[in-house]
Amino acid sequence: MSHFSFPSLLAKAMGANKGWTRQWAKPQPKSRYDVIIVGAGGHGLACAYYLAKEHGITNVAVLEKGWLGGGNTARNTTVIRSNYLYDESARLYEHALGLWEGLSREINYNLMFSQRGVLGLAHTVHDVQILKRHIHANRLNGIDSEWLTPEQAKAFCPPLNISACARYPIVGASLQRRGGVARHDGVAWGFARAASARGVHIIENCAVTAINRGAGGEVTGVETTRGTIGAQKVALSAAAGTSGLMEMAGLKIPIECFTLQALVSEPVAPVFPCVAMSNTVHAYISQSDKGELVIGAGTEQYFSYSQRGPLHSLEHTIAAVCEMFPLFTRLRMLRNWGGSVDVTPDRSPILGLTPVPGLYLNAGWGTGGFKATPGAGHLLAFTVAQNRPHTINAPFSLKRFQTGRLIDEAAAAAVAH
Amino acid sequence: MLLIDCPYCRQGRPEIEFSHAGEAHMERPADPETASDAQWEAFLFHRTNPAGIHFERWYHIHGCGCYFNAVRDTVSEKFILTYKAGEPRPAVSEIEALMVEKEPE
Repeated sequence: MSHFSFPSLLAKAMGANKGWTRQWAKPQPKSRYDVIIVGAGGHGLACAYYLAKEHGITNVAVLEKGWLGGGNTARNTTVIRSNYLYDESARLYEHALGLWEGLSREINYNLMFSQRGVLGLAHTVHDVQILKRHIHANRLNGIDSEWLTPEQAKAFCPPLNISACARYPIVGASLQRRGGVARHDGVAWGFARAASARGVHIIENCAVTAINRGAGGEVTGVETTRGTIGAQKVALSAAAGTSGLMEMAGLKIPIECFTLQALVSEPVAPVFPCVAMSNTVHAYISQSDKGELVIGAGTEQYFSYSQRGPLHSLEHTIAAVCEMFPLFTRLRMLRNWGGSVDVTPDRSPILGLTPVPGLYLNAGWGTGGFKATPGAGHLLAFTVAQNRPHTINAPFSLKRFQTGRLIDEAAAAAVAH
Repeated sequence: MLLIDCPYCRQGRPEIEFSHAGEAHMERPADPETASDAQWEAFLFHRTNPAGIHFERWYHIHGCGCYFNAVRDTVSEKFILTYKAGEPRPAVSEIEALMVEKEPE
């Protein structure tokens, strides 16, 4: 793997960009690994990287049924923030945000991480109350979060329509300045490259068809479309594939999959300086470095694995965006897509051990897993290596659905997670 | 936009008239006093979540106001069958027969 730097880019540019090598290896699967990670999305690849880097476990395979980073890693709207209400969530997402800061340098890959600020818009007195509650809770947890008046919000985000006669009047906003966006494909590629450089095998087009168990019920490996692969530890990081994989281990889990849609406009000159989200009208918007406006909708009402959604929910989202930002009414939309998100009853993820020895679970990130990518990978790696959860992810156990200790971000955050 | 055939109204109506109401045929523990935490967990939270045939409840909220059940493929979104609340869960053979019939479409 060649090191990326300005001199190396310049040298390759002078040489007509010949001589670039593969960024990660494409090995044949071995018959046995120390750890198998199922799912080569951002979370799974990050886990492989941190297993190798922090725990010295390099005999690792990341199995992917499709192609690397082709699921929800490539379908989200790339928003990163940590302004969650509950202490457990705040610690989890702040852990991830701390890792994002400096990650590009650490893995020598430009993730285009841009801390341009995330605005949460308030349209009603109830929005004001819940957003201020969030802000106070965030500050108690040491997370930067502040309240803006409509005028301050307009100064921070000039396209905002703060007219009092707007259909969704803006009466204030919360702001996390350290929030922002990153290039989601780059995150998968960067972690793949860094993990591969440390000896991790990334194996695409390799779907897991069964989880093999020993006499004591412990995991002994997996059956795949590319043969049997043995391992004492198997970590599932497969988003919408989780229910099916857990069923292979004889476990039912509290996850349901919904379609979540997003769309981008034609690229335009820089007009939108931050991320703005409105929980009340179910819309969020930012502008990519390419110039496209990236717009996200809410989840559909019914369960689905189709990765497609109806137009009426996009119409609702676009109507809200146009009302709040009148200058976008003449923009044309370029493309739309859907992803299948794995949602838990309390809208908080499940990250930890399972009742099956040697089987670890990272799932249920629902509509907000991208922002946690390095944090989820880091904590999953710790959990796998130590065979016990880290203090940060201990509250996010599968057991909480039996004990009743839910982390109810569903009530706290409405659409945005 | 899904077109959903309400078994009470007997006509296909657009999805926006309906509200999805979760998995069907979930059975509440018969004796709540003695049910274990694991039983409550299964009833409240565990769901089948299949990639394929799914039994689910719908609520015709902007129509007749009735709850009913549906069998739908969660991969293709195709409704295979709808039936009234309280009617027994259709047999697999019945569903498979309907899927074969609908395939030429």
